[in-house]
Amino acid sequence: MTKAVWSPGETQHEHREMRGFASFEDPAALSYVDSDGNPKFTLIRETDEFRVLRRRLTAFVFPMTALFLSSYLTFVLLSAYAHEFVSTKVIGVINVGILLGLGQFVTSIIITLGYARYAKRRLDPQRQLLAEKTGVEE
Amino acid sequence: MPTTGNPVLNLSVFAVFVLITLYIVYRASSRNVTASDYYAAGSSFTGAQNGVALSGDFLSAASFLGISGGIAAHGYDGFLYSVGWVVAWLVGLLLIAEGLRNTGRFTVGDVLAFRMRQRPVRAAAANATLVISFFYMIAQMAGAGGLIALLLNVSSKWGQALLIAVVGMVMVLYVLVGGMKGTTWVQIIKAVLLLLCVTLMSIFLLGKFGFSLSAIMQQATEHNKLGEAVLDPGAKYGFSTMSKLDFVSLALSLVLGIASLPHVLMRFYTVPNASEARRSVVWATWTMVIFYLCTLVIGFGAMALVGTDTIAAAPGGENSAAPLLAFRIGGAVLLGIVSAVAFATILAVVAGLTLAASASFAHDVYANVIKRGNAEPRREIRVARLTAVVVGALSIVGGIAANGQNVAFLVSLALALAASANLSTILYTIFWRRFNTTGTLWSIYGGLGSCLVLIIFSPVMSGAKTSIFPDVDFAWFPLGNPGLVSIPFSFLCGFLATIFSKAEPENADRAAEMEVRAISGIGARA
Repeated sequence: MTKAVWSPGETQHEHREMRGFASFEDPAALSYVDSDGNPKFTLIRETDEFRVLRRRLTAFVFPMTALFLSSYLTFVLLSAYAHEFVSTKVIGVINVGILLGLGQFVTSIIITLGYARYAKRRLDPQRQLLAEKTGVEE
Repeated sequence: MPTTGNPVLNLSVFAVFVLITLYIVYRASSRNVTASDYYAAGSSFTGAQNGVALSGDFLSAASFLGISGGIAAHGYDGFLYSVGWVVAWLVGLLLIAEGLRNTGRFTVGDVLAFRMRQRPVRAAAANATLVISFFYMIAQMAGAGGLIALLLNVSSKWGQALLIAVVGMVMVLYVLVGGMKGTTWVQIIKAVLLLLCVTLMSIFLLGKFGFSLSAIMQQATEHNKLGEAVLDPGAKYGFSTMSKLDFVSLALSLVLGIASLPHVLMRFYTVPNASEARRSVVWATWTMVIFYLCTLVIGFGAMALVGTDTIAAAPGGENSAAPLLAFRIGGAVLLGIVSAVAFATILAVVAGLTLAASASFAHDVYANVIKRGNAEPRREIRVARLTAVVVGALSIVGGIAANGQNVAFLVSLALALAASANLSTILYTIFWRRFNTTGTLWSIYGGLGSCLVLIIFSPVMSGAKTSIFPDVDFAWFPLGNPGLVSIPFSFLCGFLATIFSKAEPENADRAAEMEVRAISGIGARA
């Protein structure tokens, strides 16, 4: 891995660390970094690696948001409009409503852990691929 | 009337806490030189540390005292309220945390103005931040008043006002001395103490009732005049069409508003990268689940052991359920500890809010709108510190004025404002390529404005016995919480304004940069 030199203009911005394959040593290859060492974001956005990353992220995040929002709203609406049903006692004096509420806690944890796992397995490796292809990291 | 222990003991436990944390703040912040140190603690916290601090921001007086008190007074309806606080973290985790961390540096304005025309958008973002923080802060300060009334047996309005002023000044001191790093450490210490406190109390209570939640709730029903009906929905929100709709509106504001609060959003900048931001939300979710399970036990425990009527008659009303229960099971010492933790909670949360508000003014308004991005960092921090003092003074005045108002309710208004002004705008900015400056301004001001107007013309302000102005009636909006209308309205405003205005080809490069950074983290290291 090579390290790009800071250009004078760069000092105005935050210092970015540049590592990767595309560098000044190899000007003939398609470079994702401009002569000031800044990433060429428009080019990066068109790469297949980025598109896959974007698709994987939205394919998880949006359906999951719809899922937990509708499950939460179902709980809220049942509490407001299905009084008899949520008041049904299940264990001792604990009723359906309390259990549904605790169920929200459980689903929150499951979705949280699910996303953490998905991000680790499907998103982070793809980010790594993209970083390797473009020669730009965080 | 129950005794609330020895005020001198309460006060000394509290004073010891303040001294210790001030010392830590002082030590932690000896290198508060750059803007990044002051606003974002140099992005040096780990995900776990920040996660605990994040949950600390939510374990506020309103949620600790308010929710356990709500459960002790209204049973099921109090519990309903707590569910929203947990689920809301998913919005932060899935939609906001990583994109925000990757595209901003110090404030919400950084993200919203990233690919838009800088000055109008930054000014709008700062306006929204200041309004939201002010509402939230008044709620916390009003909570401090009630708590002081209970714990120190100060019942005169002047005495309480004096104590609110002292709390306000200590909090400004934290911010001035500690910046984000100091504030975060206070938040971490407080969150750990609070969690230990509620966990031990819950385990003790459960042990007393043979580890059966049902047994606690059974005994609780015997000490509430509603009897077993308190375990069913409706004890607080009632059965009329409007009160049900009002409840749904509150639930929506809760779940969408929490992750849109400026001081929470700002926390995502204290970690070095997006994956640490993700980890911090995972930590926060766990802490919140444990915490709210405990409040369920503590709330019903207080109902069972102290009794709803006794709690209602205590100086702090509903808010005093947890402290009274502590006194009942652990005597003066446990009460002293619980009160110190509750005080610390208010201090820490208000310090976080003050920091968010002052950062927004100094970084967005002073440095970027007034100085057009050419402010000298040292002067910017000086402006931030000055703003913190002004914001602190305003919140002391507001807190004294709002002393005695319902805390959880004031918080719910702040949440509605946050969800209306910030959520739609952040989501569009991160995920919608076509979104432009006009859309941004419309969705911020549309959400903020509609929310404020609906609050002014709601029963909160006038026309009901519990209103702020009970003697006049200019209310025409029937709901106490405007979220159900104003949140969709801000999404609609942002959408229509974008569709009917020109695209901004001159910002296309910045848009590409934002999209790549938000999703991949490339180029995001600050």
